[in-house]
Amino acid sequence: MYTYQAQDQLLVDQRAAQFQEQVERRFEGALNEDEFRPLRLQNGLYQEMHAYMLRINIPYGTLSSRQLRKLADISRTFDKGYGHFTTRQNLQLNWLSLKDTPAILAELATVEMHAIQSSGSCIRNVTADHFAGAAADEIDDPRIWAEIVRQWSTLHPEFAFLPRKFKIAVSGGGKDRAATAVHDIGLKLVRNDDGQIGFEVMVGGGLGRTPMLGKVIREFLPSDHLLSYLEAILRVYNQLGRRDNKYKARIKIMVHELGAEVVRDLVEDEWLATRDSGLKLPQSEVSRIRDNFQPPAFEVVDAPDPDHQVQEPGFIDWQRTNVHAHKQPGYNIVTVSLKAFGIAPGDASAEQMYVLANLADAYSFGEIRVSHEQNLILPHVRRDHLPALWQSLQRVGLGTANAGLATDIISCPGMDFCTLASARSIPVSLAITERLDDLKRLHDIGELKIKISGCVNACAHHHVGHIGILGLEKKGEEFYQVTVGGRADEEAAIGQVVGPGFAGHEIPDVIENLIAVYLDVRKNGELFVDTVKRLGTSPFKESLYAHSETR
Amino acid sequence: MPILKHGEIIIDDWQNLADDEVLPEEGLAIVSLARWQTDRDQLINARRPLGLRLTGKVDVSEIAADLDHFDLVAVSFPGIADGRGYSQARLLRQRFGFTGELRATGPLVRDVFAALERVGFDAIEARDQAEAEAWSVAVGRITVRLQSDITAPEMSSFQTAAE
Repeated sequence: MYTYQAQDQLLVDQRAAQFQEQVERRFEGALNEDEFRPLRLQNGLYQEMHAYMLRINIPYGTLSSRQLRKLADISRTFDKGYGHFTTRQNLQLNWLSLKDTPAILAELATVEMHAIQSSGSCIRNVTADHFAGAAADEIDDPRIWAEIVRQWSTLHPEFAFLPRKFKIAVSGGGKDRAATAVHDIGLKLVRNDDGQIGFEVMVGGGLGRTPMLGKVIREFLPSDHLLSYLEAILRVYNQLGRRDNKYKARIKIMVHELGAEVVRDLVEDEWLATRDSGLKLPQSEVSRIRDNFQPPAFEVVDAPDPDHQVQEPGFIDWQRTNVHAHKQPGYNIVTVSLKAFGIAPGDASAEQMYVLANLADAYSFGEIRVSHEQNLILPHVRRDHLPALWQSLQRVGLGTANAGLATDIISCPGMDFCTLASARSIPVSLAITERLDDLKRLHDIGELKIKISGCVNACAHHHVGHIGILGLEKKGEEFYQVTVGGRADEEAAIGQVVGPGFAGHEIPDVIENLIAVYLDVRKNGELFVDTVKRLGTSPFKESLYAHSETR
Repeated sequence: MPILKHGEIIIDDWQNLADDEVLPEEGLAIVSLARWQTDRDQLINARRPLGLRLTGKVDVSEIAADLDHFDLVAVSFPGIADGRGYSQARLLRQRFGFTGELRATGPLVRDVFAALERVGFDAIEARDQAEAEAWSVAVGRITVRLQSDITAPEMSSFQTAAE
């Protein structure tokens, strides 16, 4: 993990002190709310329906056990004893008061954490593959490059007031587990013919009310030019991005209106003027950062496979869905599901966080990851430790064997918490989970990603759900629009609307119906999303609306 | 509103000229880009110190060739959330070599003073006296800079690596 240098620590300490003073000025009336809003947002603080919400960055999803314990402490001291992990590798605390937040930032700073730019029209928390450093298919560890981006983007003087929020994601180059195609900038690690490491650069992806996939504007960017190229993109966007309409202000609209080729030319021209400036990454700097991400001290494991020792069906199920291949022989990556029955997706209690921190120390070199699918990951677990780990997870409700399955639902907080929401999303996800509470059947259905957003802002990425559900409101009534066929991986696609919307209570039936069609027509080994790709939406539409001509 | 120059509150000698206002006999006048484009020759022939006012979406490369005619360029910030001026300033200073006074016009609060100076502004129009007087405290709040900028062309984090 990255260890803060003196200046990194000084920055977060100074930032917390600065915010303390800003909050005092707000209370004194020296700052009005219009002036204060961008300042608090750039420290992750939202004013929600019931209280203030703080969004804490977990850069590229990497946490130490010490940091996780601190998050648990903060949630107990200042909040209601739980936190909500989001699709952007952040933790949100929902029940805060404004006066406590400077103290929380100071607490975070003691464990090398912050909430800088987790909101506002600026460069947000940089995200990356949650299997970084453990997946066999990566070309390089994306966290190295994400950390370089984090430092460069932190309090960048030129880009604090962009037309709109700006999200950057980095994938390791194999399977895309970072949803790079739906970010303002998606960076994919690639190797050229000479064996050099670089990036494929995608620009203009995003969801919200106008979902778009990013366009590749550069096939190979040599890695030492990473920052100059990002700066060129941001400078073009800061000047040309629309500021007249907040719904047309993301870079995806600029790319759409100007065309990807024009944008590429503008960026390349700007880059020509700066590529050999002080932004060029010296090898010494890359090495300094890389040294922080050395693999842990793996051991030689010669114990037998755990499923030879453990015959419990629960363990076998869990191993099948929540345990993944690791690049180191004898080790596995473990997904800890935050999608237990009856719990809001992504929520973890302080108790669970403490237990998980201890388990990370015992079994995963003290490391935890946060996935954009709102689960936690123990990245480096010896395979002979899996049974013991599973039993410990089971005891605190963290052993659900549903990673990647239909109940591993991504959901935003929705109307229950969020002022932007048009409809509730958590109750809908809970109702689906309740309906699909048969593990055997879930495993038979296989990988099925359901994503539920409570408004068009699409925080739960419903457009790229295999099944996407969007909560809307018309004349005071909530209703839900359903899409199928979306995906966020290397074959990224935007889902298609199946037809008129449904009432919330109908959604479990809708899901059942879609699954029934799939089970009926699927070919061997075909995932739900593959079936949609092969057959289109019509069989699903026909089945869904067969008995509702009047709708 | 008070004007800060290099952090000092100064008496402002510049007059903002409306587009239909006659160029006064003497004194320092700031004209809009539209005025400059219409009355270019007349303004040059007046042989007077001139300032140029930029508002909104301006491609600063289009005025790069004219910069020698100006002692001051004023970049407006219509609200704290409109950050175009930061890139415009950086280009004016770094790309097009403008060496005159680069003024950020607001109203601007202390919280953005440091960033404004880092992108090349040497003059700032503060919201009020209290904001102007807070300059030295405000710019010292965060001393760590993780980017290259006008004040430091090399990345400070890289320097740490080299040490």
